[in-house]
Formats: sequence, C-alpha cells, structure tokens
Amino acid sequence: MTLTINGEKKSFEKTSLNIRNLLELLDLPLDHIAVELNRSIIPKSQFAETPLADEDVIEIVRFVGGGKSSPSGQLII
Amino acid sequence: MIKVNEQFLQYDENTSLLNLRDAIKPNADIIIYNGFPVPIDQSVHDGDEIVFIKRGEIPSQEELETLMVSRHSPGVHERVKKSVVGIAGQGGLGSAVAIALARLGIGTLVLADFDIVEPSNLNRQQYFVHQIGQTKVQAIEENIRMINPYVHTEIHHIKLDEKNVPQVFKDVDILVEAFDRPEMKGMLVNSFFEHFPDRYMVCASGLAGYGDANLIQSQVFGERLYIVGDRHSAASPGQGLMSPRVGVVAHHQANKVLQIILGENQ
Repeated sequence: MTLTINGEKKSFEKTSLNIRNLLELLDLPLDHIAVELNRSIIPKSQFAETPLADEDVIEIVRFVGGGKSSPSGQLII
Repeated sequence: MIKVNEQFLQYDENTSLLNLRDAIKPNADIIIYNGFPVPIDQSVHDGDEIVFIKRGEIPSQEELETLMVSRHSPGVHERVKKSVVGIAGQGGLGSAVAIALARLGIGTLVLADFDIVEPSNLNRQQYFVHQIGQTKVQAIEENIRMINPYVHTEIHHIKLDEKNVPQVFKDVDILVEAFDRPEMKGMLVNSFFEHFPDRYMVCASGLAGYGDANLIQSQVFGERLYIVGDRHSAASPGQGLMSPRVGVVAHHQANKVLQIILGENQ
C-alpha cells in the first residue's frame, strides 16, 4: 500500500497494516510521538486497532525534550 | 471628552486636575497626566488621559477588569473570562504561559507540576529567589495573585500520568503542554485526546539554545493539536535552555490559546 507520511509518499509491501505496525516498521519510539490520520489525532491506545488503507495521509509528530537532561533529539518528521 | 481611569468622561471647561480627583477618587495620591506623573494642579483639555492612583491600593475586581478591558480589543475580555485553561508543567514554558494568561484575565487556570523551585530554574522560569524550595504550583499561584488576584486558580502538586491526566484536566477547554521530557509530551497528547477528542491542545517541541528565534513556528495537526517550536532543538550538553527562546515559545503558546478562545485559530 502507499501512504503519505509527513508529506512524503511511501510504499509498503504489506497489504494490511495498522498504526502500531507502521511505527514499528519506521522504528519510531511509541512514547515520544503523536499520530494524526486523515486529520484526526489517534490516541496511542488505539494504534493497534486502527487499520491503515491505501492512500491514507499520516502525520507523525516526534517530540524533543526541553528541560533537564534529555537525550539529544532528532529532526522530527 | 477626556479619559479618566480608562473611562471616557464629559468635562467642564474650568475643571482642574484637583477638582477631578476630589470628584472621582479623593484618596488618590498619584496623578498620571497624559502618561506622566504630575506634582501640581493644572487645567484639563479635550483628549487628555488621566489616571488617579492610591499608592498600594488593590483595585476591586470590577475596577481591575474595567482597566484590563480598556487595553484589550473589544469583545475579548468576555470570552477570555469564561475560559478554563490547563497547563501541564510549571517550568520555563508553563510558568511563562501561566503569567501571560493571568495578565490576559483568563477565568480559570488549572496548573499541575510535581517539582520544587531550585536555584538553577531562575535563569528562565518565572519565579523569584525567595521562592526557592517552594512547590512550583504554590509559587506560581502566589505570583499570579500578585498580578491579577481575580484569576481563579486550581493547583495540583502531582506527577501527571496517563491515569490522572483525565481527572486533573477534566474541566479545561484548552490544555497547554509545558513538559520537558519527550515521553511526557507524548503521554499527555495521547491521554488527553483519548478522553477529550473535541478539545484543544497547544504543545511545544524544540526550544533549546539560542538559535534564531524566527525559526520558532506553530503548526497544526488535525484540527485541534498545535505544536510550537523549531521542532528539533532538544536540550543537550552544549545546547542549554535559556530564557529568551523559552519565552518566545511560551508566548507563542499563550497567543495560540487566545486565538483558539476567540475562534481565530484557523
């Protein structure tokens, strides 16, 4: 299936994916992120139950730290 | 027409400042005439702006609100006063957002933090030396009282987690995320939207260092999640947290809250 992730089209061999599977494929830390699917925020508890369809538009926000000693951040999206 | 204590008044040709003071606020010991304190009596003229102050007197709620309304755009104050805004975390971001929103006259602020004011906080957080050792929620409440005693505050000295977030912030229209750690930011977004998908959140990400402040922007995800920051400057050795950039992000967040309240966030 083809998904638009943070504005970029990406193709995946799998024909069935949920949000959790996708985040694992992208190797993203589940705790640092928020996910928007087709303009709605999907809470983390629903990642595994939310199937993705071909042509879905997904935004993944990866937060970086502000306060004391936090690991150095990576560019988000 | 002249303006006295932010209200327009008709005046008599022969009126002097002292006549006016005796009629409007006889106990005033300071007179500000067109922006400058004046020690002597003089006559007033069309278009003058005059403020009478009694040194050390705390204005009544009605009086303070009149003064505040006068400097807001018309219609802002009513809506701001009805709003309930939550702030999760009272560090550099949260304390600055709290003070900006208190000055706006937000009706109720729900403030949560588990931390204590430490000396190292004072380089960017809105606390004072004498508050070292106090809980941040008590210290910020005290500071809000000094600015605007009529803002209702609800404080929670608590470490927020996914279980207590829905309880602590159950009444807020808008939640401001002001945490330091990225996993806490993620937890808050996920926990809040799971319970309250129809409300708004204003988050921060990327505010460390002293890079160009113009890189700080707000971006909307979906229709209800805003993220302010440069989105990649995490705090790390050599990339500290400093007052100006933290303040830019905090005030972006506070302004987004105001836009949402006024329905001008789109």
